[in-house]
Amino acid sequence: MTSSDAYISIRNVDKYFGTFQAIDDISMDIAEGEFFSLLGASGCGKTTLLRMLAGFESCSSGEIYIDGQPTSDIPPHRREVNMVFQSYAIFPHLNVADNIAYGLRKQKLPRAKRQEMIDEMLDLIALPGYGKRRANELSGGQRQRIALARALILRPKVLLLDEPLGALDKQLREQMQLELRALQRQVGITFVFVTHDQEEAMTLSDRIAVMAGGRVLQLDTPLGLYENPKSRDIANFIGNMNFFRGVVRRDGSREGAIDVEGLGVIPVPLEQLTRPDGAPVQVALRPEKFTITPDEPETAPRVAGKVRDSAYLGERSHFYIEIPDKEEPVAVSSPNLTRNDRKLAEARTGKPIWLSFSPESIVILDAE
Amino acid sequence: MSDTSYIKRPNRPLQVYAVIFLVVLYTPVLFIPLFSFNDSIYVTFPLTGFTTKWYAELWTRAPVWNALMNSVKVGLSVAVLSTLLGVVAAKAITRHRLPGKSAVVTFIMMPLVIPGIIFGVALLVLMSRMGVSLSLYTVSIGHLIVCLPFAVATLLPRFEGFDPSMEEASADLGENGWWTFWRVTMPMVFPGVVASLMLTFTISFDEFIMAFFLTGTDPTLPMYIWGQLRFPQEFPSILALASLILFVSFFMVFLAQWLGRRGLDEDI
Amino acid sequence: MLHRSDALRGYLLMSPTLLIMLVGIVAPFVILLTMSLWTRSGFEFDTTLTLANYERTWNEPIFGALLKRSFWISGVATAATVILCYPMAYYVAFHVHRNKMMWIILMTLPFWTSYLLRVFAWKVILGYEGVVNSGLIALGFIDEPLGFLLYSQEAVIITLAHAWAAFAILPMYVSLEKIDKSLLEAATDLGDGPAARFLRVTLPLSMPGIIAACFLIFIPTTGDYITPALLGGPDGVMIGNFIQLQFGPANNWPMGATLAIILMLWIAAIAAVFLFVTRLAARRVA
Repeated sequence: MTSSDAYISIRNVDKYFGTFQAIDDISMDIAEGEFFSLLGASGCGKTTLLRMLAGFESCSSGEIYIDGQPTSDIPPHRREVNMVFQSYAIFPHLNVADNIAYGLRKQKLPRAKRQEMIDEMLDLIALPGYGKRRANELSGGQRQRIALARALILRPKVLLLDEPLGALDKQLREQMQLELRALQRQVGITFVFVTHDQEEAMTLSDRIAVMAGGRVLQLDTPLGLYENPKSRDIANFIGNMNFFRGVVRRDGSREGAIDVEGLGVIPVPLEQLTRPDGAPVQVALRPEKFTITPDEPETAPRVAGKVRDSAYLGERSHFYIEIPDKEEPVAVSSPNLTRNDRKLAEARTGKPIWLSFSPESIVILDAE
Repeated sequence: MSDTSYIKRPNRPLQVYAVIFLVVLYTPVLFIPLFSFNDSIYVTFPLTGFTTKWYAELWTRAPVWNALMNSVKVGLSVAVLSTLLGVVAAKAITRHRLPGKSAVVTFIMMPLVIPGIIFGVALLVLMSRMGVSLSLYTVSIGHLIVCLPFAVATLLPRFEGFDPSMEEASADLGENGWWTFWRVTMPMVFPGVVASLMLTFTISFDEFIMAFFLTGTDPTLPMYIWGQLRFPQEFPSILALASLILFVSFFMVFLAQWLGRRGLDEDI
Repeated sequence: MLHRSDALRGYLLMSPTLLIMLVGIVAPFVILLTMSLWTRSGFEFDTTLTLANYERTWNEPIFGALLKRSFWISGVATAATVILCYPMAYYVAFHVHRNKMMWIILMTLPFWTSYLLRVFAWKVILGYEGVVNSGLIALGFIDEPLGFLLYSQEAVIITLAHAWAAFAILPMYVSLEKIDKSLLEAATDLGDGPAARFLRVTLPLSMPGIIAACFLIFIPTTGDYITPALLGGPDGVMIGNFIQLQFGPANNWPMGATLAIILMLWIAAIAAVFLFVTRLAARRVA
């Protein structure tokens, strides 16, 4: 993405609280209509960045542009950016309709028009007829939707969501994820979504910025983050990953290769192999990229191993496999499709098996 | 789950103790209204007969009315001022990143743990050195110092008790600080404001030691009572006056406490 | 820009309150301290700074005796109040399930009503021809009124303990209420009976409340004026009455200022020692 189609443009932003640096030189662009997530553990700076977009925190240095306008001098109440708070912040002294219409005061709308807008919003969030309810009569999921409606009725340029699903139980959360995604497509507003739940971020987002220590570690699509993590931290944070030590082998021919501990020499196309001969690297492989078979397969690369532990999880099974020349066992996730698969799932400790994988499925990372 | 867990199962001796405690707590005060209806100038048993003449006599006494008006004037202005100052202080304490916040709070709460007499004489010395003559104004200043900690203590939990993101939500939805205060903050803390007004009024109305040192020629009601205490023949009418004050105070404080705590701890 | 000045705006908002407290607390104390270094000469003040008043209070035994008596009376009243109120706070924290708020209001209500009138009520009760004496005579238990009831240290102690009960209950109740009930269940589960559980878990965890209660009662009562004035008699006179005497009939303001300063210093010292000892004890227990 080029910065010319950036709708939100964050440029070299720092944020200090006293001497603590919460945001460390972040620059990134978010496109119009995008569902964009800030993902990271608590304290990584994601909420601070969101609050800077809303205007509740200032930039210590740098600038945030929204729709081409620098925002530093615009206080929160004049920004055409609205937020769904983590606690929802539904006003307890107002009923649902008055909560939703809270931001409409300055527009001085005729009563009928105002009511029409409220009803429209109540329909949008699938709570028609709830206008007269009081805030404390609502469930968590309902509050979350009211908070959404209250922000969306103002047709903001950007909607900010601060872990809006965090307070809900698992089942409701999954349902709300689907609704939220559908709602975003329907209204077409840019969403910036903060979460610590990688699965949630993957489900919802067009793109994700993974944050830690006030920095952006990697900004990519869910697919990109999963298939091509740029570091061991990212690889670990999103899904599970096996790591192997390896050494680059280039003998001047067209084919390169990596000598991987326990897995042998794996051919790698030269264009993926930017490092010189003999350079140490890490090779990462997702558990589901392995194929597990009782007999030696014909495909290469392959390696013999023994089952250390196995767990049957219904649609798939998890294994820990010991292979020669590697201390830690390899995690393998295998779908249960055939009868043979299911039989394997009941494999006892020590049962010899074979692992195979496609050379293209490996990820090459810098050595530790 | 059973209604009473192992830890919370009833404890009979403690229940009896609690009842006795309350009886002992209230009995001394109840003798005042009891004897105020007694048809005798002496406050002794046995009671001699029922009368309301002490109340009637009170009605006709000009100095009582005068002192009452003084106390109400001081009480009202102190209540309004200390609550106003309490609101801004509580807002500043809870809504801004104040360096040295705990020191500031401790400073405001200090009058709670300093003997009143020291405050009284210190203010007396200050007033006399500044050449300010003692009046209801000096009494009001003394009462303001005494009441501020109570106003802040009543209002702080109210401000702490609601999510600051309520106010942020209001700003986010387009309201500036002024409108946010009136549309969100004020409705949320309103019970606390009423409680603070009533509490500070009652404290000022009943306050003695500050008034003792800072009153000029216009006495407050407690000062008037103090003056009458040395005349035994005035005892019954003082009892009648005290009964009225106690009744009003009890009512006001009960209402203030009830309002102040309502909604703060729902599960209680 | 908006938030860098957040602290400044906060203090700006605080400024009226802080200003009043400064004028009402700091300024008077500075002047009080200054005046304590003056002396009286006739009806005027000799404003040369001297420690003469402090020397006098050191040399004349009456001052020391009065201070000692004040601290003794307050100390006994504080201990009695805390001990008598603890079961009450405990009861409401652990054994009242419905209408807790009602109980708290009931227990603290008398505290908010006129202190003067509550002390006055005790005068009515303990007086020579008061409720107790006349009641006992009417019932035939005694022939003569009991003279020791009024105008004694005991009368002052009883009245103070009664009057300050709410200040003891509230902090103790708060710290008891905060105790996680599962801790008590854990203690029981690990083999403690009710008594051991109370001594090893409940009491140590409620210590902050007890300490707060002690401070909240001891400090204001040492300087109390009304109670000893109405109920103390010659044996029950406390330092507060003596301070008032200096500002009133004796008309020796510098001396009164000196006594007020000395009282504050002693209170601060006693509070510090008390805090130190309880911290030490807490560490010993832990």
